[in-house]
Amino acid sequence: MSGVVIAVAPALPLHTAGKYVAAAYIVFLALVLVYVAIMATRLARTERDLAELQRDVLERRGESDGRDPDARDSGREREPVA
Amino acid sequence: MSLYGRGLRGLALATVATITVAFTLVFFYAPLDADQGFIQKIFYVHVPLAITALCGFVFGGVMGAMYLRTGDRRWDIRSYVAIHMALIFGVGTLITGAIWAKASWGHWWIWSDPTLTSFLIVMLLFATYQPLRFSIEDPERQSRYASVFAVVAGAFVPLNFIAVRAAQEYVHPRVLTLTGGNLPGSMRLTFVVALAGIAMLYATLWKYEMAAKSTRMQVRALRRALLGEDAVAPLKRTAAPS
Repeated sequence: MSGVVIAVAPALPLHTAGKYVAAAYIVFLALVLVYVAIMATRLARTERDLAELQRDVLERRGESDGRDPDARDSGREREPVA
Repeated sequence: MSLYGRGLRGLALATVATITVAFTLVFFYAPLDADQGFIQKIFYVHVPLAITALCGFVFGGVMGAMYLRTGDRRWDIRSYVAIHMALIFGVGTLITGAIWAKASWGHWWIWSDPTLTSFLIVMLLFATYQPLRFSIEDPERQSRYASVFAVVAGAFVPLNFIAVRAAQEYVHPRVLTLTGGNLPGSMRLTFVVALAGIAMLYATLWKYEMAAKSTRMQVRALRRALLGEDAVAPLKRTAAPS
């Protein structure tokens, strides 16, 4: 498929205007890629926060179960936090 | 899944498909411009970026007006993300425009051209949006002042556009007019597809950022609800709505 595309593609005049056109389209793609990369790092941070929250909730539950046995609700099934 | 995450995958795929079709049309279908030749291909990315950025600023103003009307902070977040995205698209417009200007006119920038200068003024105006937000500590006041700014600056965008159109002397070519413009059919089709692709890219990235912000806020709210107020670290001062 890519071979067919290359075969029918016109030769780009890279020695003159082509480099400017290439630069403009590369700028566009670079902007999008940089934005997506920044958002990906933020997503990773949110995932980390969520995992930390899950751990904290489980720890708190463990602590409260240990301190006050009467407060245990053995009849209710615990649902996962996330 | 948050409200903003719904349909995001489909929209993203449609965006990629539309942009791929648009760029294929640009390089394999649209004819070379009789005057500028191959360099005119920049038109198909530069002008849609500019139109989308300007519409994004107006969109941000409309969202700001909705916040002022309802007091619902979700409108403020929408307005913030709309302006944030429009600024990114505006930077793309300025850079691609400078490249085109250098190739076409021999200069990176021409101060005497009203289109260039007015776009820069709009960009500089909206560049103050983030510092304005950052300078206000109280979240309620930050949202209110930022929304007033978004409405006023958003209203300035079409007025500015009309003023530039009314100017008589300019270097910038006028190819898009209300009466049809000067583009032949194949170029017009390519331009419309490119514009649709860039507009869809804006919508996709807007939804993406809204989904990310909404998820972060939900995690924070969940922490507060499950572990109490003490378990939530105080927010650092930020320009973003929190």
